[in-house]
Amino acid sequence: MSVRSGKAPHDDWAAALEIDDLTVAYNSRPAIWDIDLRVPEGVLMAVIGPNGAGKSTLIKAALKLIPRAAGTVRFYGQPYEQVRGLVGYVPQRGSVDWDFPTTALDVVSMGLYGRLGWIRRPGQGDRESAMHALQQVGMQDFADRQISQLSGGQQQRTFLARALVQDARIYLMDEPFAAVDAVTERAIITILRELRARGKTVVVVHHDLQTAPEYFDWVTLLNVEIVASGPIAATFTPDNLRQTYGGRVAYLHEGQRIAGLEDE
Amino acid sequence: MTGNDKLTTKNRRSDRSSDRRIWLLIAAIALVATLFVPFSQFVLQVEYDYTLRTVALGGSLLGIVSGVLGCFAVLRRQSLLGDALSHAALPGVAIAFLLAGRDLGLLLIGAGVTSWLGVYFIRLVTGTTRIKQDAAMGIVLAAWFAAGIALLVYIQARPDASQAGLDTFIFGQAAAIVEGDVRLIAAVGAVAFIVLGLFWKEFKLITFDPEFAGANGFRVNLLSLLLSTLIVAAIVLGLQLAGVILMVGMLIASGIAARQWTNQLGQMVILSAVFGAFAGGVGAIVSAVDADVPTGPLIVVVAFLLVAVSLGFAPGRGLVWTLLRQRSDRRLFAAQTMLQDLYHYALDHGRADLPAPEPFLVGVRGATAREGLRQLQARGHAQRSNGAWMLTPAGIEAAARDDRNHLLWSVYRQYGDDLALPVVGEDRQQDIADVLPPAAVAKLEYKLDTIRNAAASSAQQQPQTGAVTDH
Repeated sequence: MSVRSGKAPHDDWAAALEIDDLTVAYNSRPAIWDIDLRVPEGVLMAVIGPNGAGKSTLIKAALKLIPRAAGTVRFYGQPYEQVRGLVGYVPQRGSVDWDFPTTALDVVSMGLYGRLGWIRRPGQGDRESAMHALQQVGMQDFADRQISQLSGGQQQRTFLARALVQDARIYLMDEPFAAVDAVTERAIITILRELRARGKTVVVVHHDLQTAPEYFDWVTLLNVEIVASGPIAATFTPDNLRQTYGGRVAYLHEGQRIAGLEDE
Repeated sequence: MTGNDKLTTKNRRSDRSSDRRIWLLIAAIALVATLFVPFSQFVLQVEYDYTLRTVALGGSLLGIVSGVLGCFAVLRRQSLLGDALSHAALPGVAIAFLLAGRDLGLLLIGAGVTSWLGVYFIRLVTGTTRIKQDAAMGIVLAAWFAAGIALLVYIQARPDASQAGLDTFIFGQAAAIVEGDVRLIAAVGAVAFIVLGLFWKEFKLITFDPEFAGANGFRVNLLSLLLSTLIVAAIVLGLQLAGVILMVGMLIASGIAARQWTNQLGQMVILSAVFGAFAGGVGAIVSAVDADVPTGPLIVVVAFLLVAVSLGFAPGRGLVWTLLRQRSDRRLFAAQTMLQDLYHYALDHGRADLPAPEPFLVGVRGATAREGLRQLQARGHAQRSNGAWMLTPAGIEAAARDDRNHLLWSVYRQYGDDLALPVVGEDRQQDIADVLPPAAVAKLEYKLDTIRNAAASSAQQQPQTGAVTDH
């Protein structure tokens, strides 16, 4: 990944997200190193890599939640500050205290705070759109439920609803499938596909190699550096996976059936 | 998914009842507070002179301000930060005295400055090094407090009469509070509440999910510093009354107590203010019983009593409530288990109202059997005769309904996808008809009958193959 080498052939894409030379370091160790990445509009993309590969770091750095050592990030050709309204974010479920005294509906309406701006409070119309987002994730019955009384999957869907209510063009999601049961996983992937069908771009940090080819149509393989990025059929190959994970992945079946041996 | 997925209507009702509970609780506290005044006058012989009125009012107002801001300290997991901050105020008092002499306003400003520097230092250390927050707070607490003590001892050694009583900042001294101080508390409190009102949604967001707040363009560091500054202001206001060591108690106790009673931030803050006012006022009045009883510690003791009562008795989270719920769960499950046991025992032996011998039931289930049979008898679902138990017609109906519900759930789990039914969380404690629409239940029932008929016909051909039921 030398300077901009990966860019030239793709200049005809309409890039929803464009990252150039992005490096983030913790304590003088690079968490992600010289990332060049273009995500075309309308794809459902997985960011895949082993633990410590910098998947979450990539998303947080793109949103300027952590300082960058170098590099630029553009959404639809603009710096993030100018297009915040176009970008929706789903943090890891474990990043907040679910015993916080509030309801599911209230958490979802937090997705509207950015649009409301400083000081203004959400009104009746905002509550209705929050309720609508809860409906989309099948959680309308839990609107008034205290969030600590929700199951893990319901908490994850609440977070998803909070991003839906932002009505963004591109969504960045940090491990939405982590520790949810099969029912929730199915509900979430249905929502992600609906988003794609409506022309949205969705970037998902994912760590289940088994389901990746089924769920996503685009993939970025990451291990501090970018190993490969592109359409899943061409990119999710045993060779690329070996480069990403080293020898820790067993290739059991022919084609793309891969068993992950991630130690999680 | 789990038994959490209860019926929504139940849910809504419980939320409304929790709203009502808050107001009942506030009314009860107001009642106790108003009754407490004549009680203290006539029983404890407290004399309501000017000093006591001032101190009680000051204590209440301070309780409100620190109770409201303390909620955020508690929710941000910064209770210990509050402790570090109040200790860090001490050198400020001493330095301000050395520089400008004894002027309360200046002493408090000095306190605020060193306390705020303490916050800043903690943020700097945790933000730029690998030292964790508890270690950073610990070192600030110890170092700032040590500097304060050293300076105070140095000041006391000086031949200067005006230094007398400066050490009351360590433990607090309520009698020193005058009308001007009460006005100061009210004014600063009003400013703090205005800021809190304006940035309510922002403070809530950075407290719950700072990352999301940052991604949405809110200046998280700035807001967080503003909130910390308000907390410092509350601490500084309380120094005279409670002292640097005990101030943390005033700050966090009412917030902790309030959290037990409600699941909404707004209600928690209001309740915390009420608790704070109660603790401040009552503590001040009780301490007037004898001139030697210190006010600050008494306020903290009263506040702690509120915490203890809340931890014990608050519905939903309180200890007593948890024990009661565990007992009622045990009874409910014992009853359900025995209902099914009796039903299947009887069916396996030919007819649904066949009696099962008690020693057999107890031998299989132990204490659960005794508890469950007692419950079933109380509900009229089972009756005892000649050392055996049999289901009543009502019991048979309930058992059959229960059984069918379980079977439908298990058909749903296995065939829900094939039948293209809506995706819901499985909860066998719930009637499936309450969760799924009638058309979906009808499909499940049809499927269940198909399975049963197939099983029955294959059983006729090959009698030895087992049943297809879920049991």
